[in-house]
Amino acid sequence: MDITYTAEECAFRDEVRRFLRSRLPADIASKVREGKRITREDYVRWQSILAEQGWFAVHWPKQYGGTGWTPIQRHIFDEEYAAAHAPYLVPFGVSMVGPVIIKFGTEEQKQRYLPRILSQEDWWCQGYSEPGAGSDLASVKTRAVRDGDHYIVNGQKTWTTLGQYANMMFCLARTDPAAKQQEGISFLLIDMNTPGVTVRPIITLDGAHEVNEVFLDDVRVPVENRVGDEGKGWTCAKFLLTYERTGIAGVGHAKQALAHLKDVAQRQTANGRPLSEDPVFRARIAEVEVDLMALEMTNLRVISAAQNGGVPGAESSMLKVRGTEIRQAISDLLRRAVGPYALPFLPEALEGGWDGAPVGPAHAAPLSAQYFNRRKLSIYGGSNEIQKNIIAKMILGL
Amino acid sequence: MDFSLNDEQRMLDETVSRVIREQYGFEQRRGFAGEPGGFSAANWSLFAELGLLAIPFAEENGGFGGGGAEVMIVQRAFGRGLVLEPYLAAVVLAGGLVERLGSPEQRERLLSPLLAGKSRLALAWGEPEGRYDHRTVTTRAERDGDGYRLSGHKAVVLHGDSADRLLVTARTAGGPADRDGLSVFVVDPAQPGVGVRGYATIDGLRAAEVRLDGVHVGADARLGPEGGAADALDAVMAAGCAALCAEAVGAMEAACELTLDYLKTRRQFGAPIGRFQALQHRMVDMRIALEQAHSMAILAACSLNLPAAERDRRIAAAKVVIGNSGRFVAEQAIQLHGGMGMTDEAMVSHLAKRLVLIDHHLGDADFHLGRFAASGDDDLRTDKLVPASRFSHSLRGSGR
Repeated sequence: MDITYTAEECAFRDEVRRFLRSRLPADIASKVREGKRITREDYVRWQSILAEQGWFAVHWPKQYGGTGWTPIQRHIFDEEYAAAHAPYLVPFGVSMVGPVIIKFGTEEQKQRYLPRILSQEDWWCQGYSEPGAGSDLASVKTRAVRDGDHYIVNGQKTWTTLGQYANMMFCLARTDPAAKQQEGISFLLIDMNTPGVTVRPIITLDGAHEVNEVFLDDVRVPVENRVGDEGKGWTCAKFLLTYERTGIAGVGHAKQALAHLKDVAQRQTANGRPLSEDPVFRARIAEVEVDLMALEMTNLRVISAAQNGGVPGAESSMLKVRGTEIRQAISDLLRRAVGPYALPFLPEALEGGWDGAPVGPAHAAPLSAQYFNRRKLSIYGGSNEIQKNIIAKMILGL
Repeated sequence: MDFSLNDEQRMLDETVSRVIREQYGFEQRRGFAGEPGGFSAANWSLFAELGLLAIPFAEENGGFGGGGAEVMIVQRAFGRGLVLEPYLAAVVLAGGLVERLGSPEQRERLLSPLLAGKSRLALAWGEPEGRYDHRTVTTRAERDGDGYRLSGHKAVVLHGDSADRLLVTARTAGGPADRDGLSVFVVDPAQPGVGVRGYATIDGLRAAEVRLDGVHVGADARLGPEGGAADALDAVMAAGCAALCAEAVGAMEAACELTLDYLKTRRQFGAPIGRFQALQHRMVDMRIALEQAHSMAILAACSLNLPAAERDRRIAAAKVVIGNSGRFVAEQAIQLHGGMGMTDEAMVSHLAKRLVLIDHHLGDADFHLGRFAASGDDDLRTDKLVPASRFSHSLRGSGR
């Protein structure tokens, strides 16, 4: 039993830290630190730097341009990445469709799409959820009807994150309406510039344009854009849901948020003293910190098992539930830390380059919006209740 | 990073788990509880024969040189069986203090019979006004000839009524909460001026109030330097907390297993009650709590040789998580067992009592949360919780 990192792993951590310090653009890091909105150009610029270093497709096999890192190295990278205030890594190409294409795609699909993910030429979005298919994803109704060398696709997708920037979408569509629910679904790659694709923004409760509706009206999709066999799309979808889930706990993000919380608590004043010295608030921070320590150790147990060849199954669901609960708890404390200055809402103050006068302390500006934004954590990626159903079934046998 | 057990640890785990499984059934345990002292003398001898009592001691003291990981293995199995014997009190706490503070002669005199199962020690650290703080000591030790005269009241001394020697913390100098001036004395409970009032605890163990009324002890009864016992006490309390964390994990495992089994067999509305989602999610929450607790028990076990400040920060964190998750699992286990969970007949109610009351041993979640919160404002580094290789040699579970 040994809970320390090896000398090689520590050297790796130093290397990652050095790289992030020297190559992460300062303007992007400050946007992340200050809770400002990240633009498409910011994402592409930073992800290109990562790709140039060979560190963008962290978990792909080496032959496709991945890093070949171990699960522990990937964990270290995640931690340092978040600590450096690097922006959210848009996962839809590199972490989602990429691995599906590597696993189930044809040689042509691999050669066409994988390099374009690395080069940032393609921005992918996810066409999974529909108005009638949320937690019950297998009930998707979007239809793909064969017409010679094409499918004619009709339907509506929703909650399409950053779909406004995407030129490609991977999509679950029903190719056999007569089959049982999880059969008859196919995994299609759709060019967003095809006639019949319409993207409409959904503004969320924090005022952000992060998600969209995507309407598909008689969209012609070449048959060669299907990944895997016809009717076997659910296999791809399931693979994607279990692939590379050791990072799902979000320990790095949580640690960065906790450090920010401590910083804010030092800068706020309560009863003439820093809020960080207020016994009640201090105890609240301590509570979330010990929970985070327990989550980190649990995550390391799962990662260490993966390092030794184990495949994390429903353990990922535990990590997702606890990780999201803790991150939500921290965002709750961040909002509470600024007291009445949680009230003012100046959407323009969240844009990079805004040079107006803030209302109250500048660090207070994004905190309420972020708190509301983080409510999504326990909903997306399989709601926490769905995760509990998975644990009940897979681990407990109920 | 490796969370697996080595071959020796695996053998230890198999041995102690088998003993608990085969010789510590719930009905047998009722019999043990009825023996004098509230536990089985035969079991204690068996533990000695198996070498379990020698595990955490250095080889020079007749031990096996085990560390946090080995004690964790033993205590986790003991937690599963709700073991009554005074392993924590006699071996981890009192024995640990003798090893840290005693002269070679004192170690020989006290540890040899302890390891052989022939003597039982208890550590009298608590006081009525001290709550969970082992440094708040008003019991006085005044110079008396070439020895000392002890006076005071030691509270809730775990297994204090069955011990043949008590280790008593007393103040040789300083005010009630001072770090300096704390000393430890070996007291024979049979000697004049010592009053021991033993009683049952609600979690199935025994404890005692110990009154010292001008008890004379010789100079050789003092363990370690006069007034300089605080560091050793801190270390022993940390080891005790880690042992309790492991025991709680074992008890939580047993409570979760029993509850899951009940959900699968108890039928209502024409179906096993485990079909109902409200109950499934409670059971899942118990399981998640157990995993978090297990993680922290490992962290505690692997942190005992760190510098004191970092050791105590982690121990405090572990005890908070264990306290909260233990109580949660206990309450849910009773709830999911319905009326059966309320009965003395069901083992789950005894597991629940132990889990809730573990929080009252060596500091509860609030106490340790306060310690954790006071443990410094140093910024949170990414490698903070599991520090880098400079600790690696001392962090390995096997070394002391």
